[in-house]
Amino acid sequence: MSIQLYYQDVRKGDEVTPLVKAPTPRQLVMWAGAVGDYMPIHYDQEYARSRGLKGIIVHGQLVGAFLGQLMTDWVGEQGTLIKLNCSYKGMNYPGEAVTLRGKVLRKYVRKGEHFVECSLRAENPRGEKTASGTATVVLPYKDDYKRKGRTR
Amino acid sequence: MAETLSGIAKLKGKVGEAWKPREYLIEGEMIRRFARAVGDTNPLWKDGNIAPPAFTLSIGFEQFVEDLMKLTPFNTVLMGSTEIESYQPIKRGDTITVVFKISNLRERKGQTGKMVFMTFESTYKNKEQELVARCRQMVIGY
Repeated sequence: MSIQLYYQDVRKGDEVTPLVKAPTPRQLVMWAGAVGDYMPIHYDQEYARSRGLKGIIVHGQLVGAFLGQLMTDWVGEQGTLIKLNCSYKGMNYPGEAVTLRGKVLRKYVRKGEHFVECSLRAENPRGEKTASGTATVVLPYKDDYKRKGRTR
Repeated sequence: MAETLSGIAKLKGKVGEAWKPREYLIEGEMIRRFARAVGDTNPLWKDGNIAPPAFTLSIGFEQFVEDLMKLTPFNTVLMGSTEIESYQPIKRGDTITVVFKISNLRERKGQTGKMVFMTFESTYKNKEQELVARCRQMVIGY
């Protein structure tokens, strides 16, 4: 696991460490089994084409789960992802990379807890947005904080 | 198409109604299988004791889709949006009661006939009746 991220590390406009995924048809089958989504547009090429698609597509929810991983990777073991929402704007196809990105929108303290809100985005290799959304995380706060000379 | 249309009427009659609650025992292997499917190697869920927030999406989902397709046999269902709120981590050994509800339904004419935009909400409670998570998703069925 990477170094723990603290509330004080984060500034508005900071980028969440990007995550790149390369879903394969095999991964779509694994996802289908894990969540019980057996829609044939995710495993049957001919069927997907007959439904007006270029071919089988990555499950929207899997892209949602990728965005979840983007955030849980970033916040580390002591951080918590409490809210995630995303809208699917375009198709991701297996065999193509999906890049997950986030950016800090704001940070605030409420009832002694330290919240950070980020915008989210998934992209295909052409840089086109295939999903967008927001996430809210709670980060640990360090009392004896000294800012490390790092950029996030 | 006629079949789909009658199905939509049945679905419309369900808007706002809570579906039958269903219980799921969360096993470590369900969590691990989920993390493997995402390709998420975070040590927090590696041993299957704690589930990642998106794991919530998988609880009772297959049954929900099955119930939905019985009412309305869509050919294709695309996800429009997903929202997950986590109040407590879901853990191995938890018994989670899931309740689904269709909160909104709209029909629209698409290229291949009628399309249905449907929002459904789901709540997840543990044995102590505490709300541990809530989801809201929009799907496009045609």
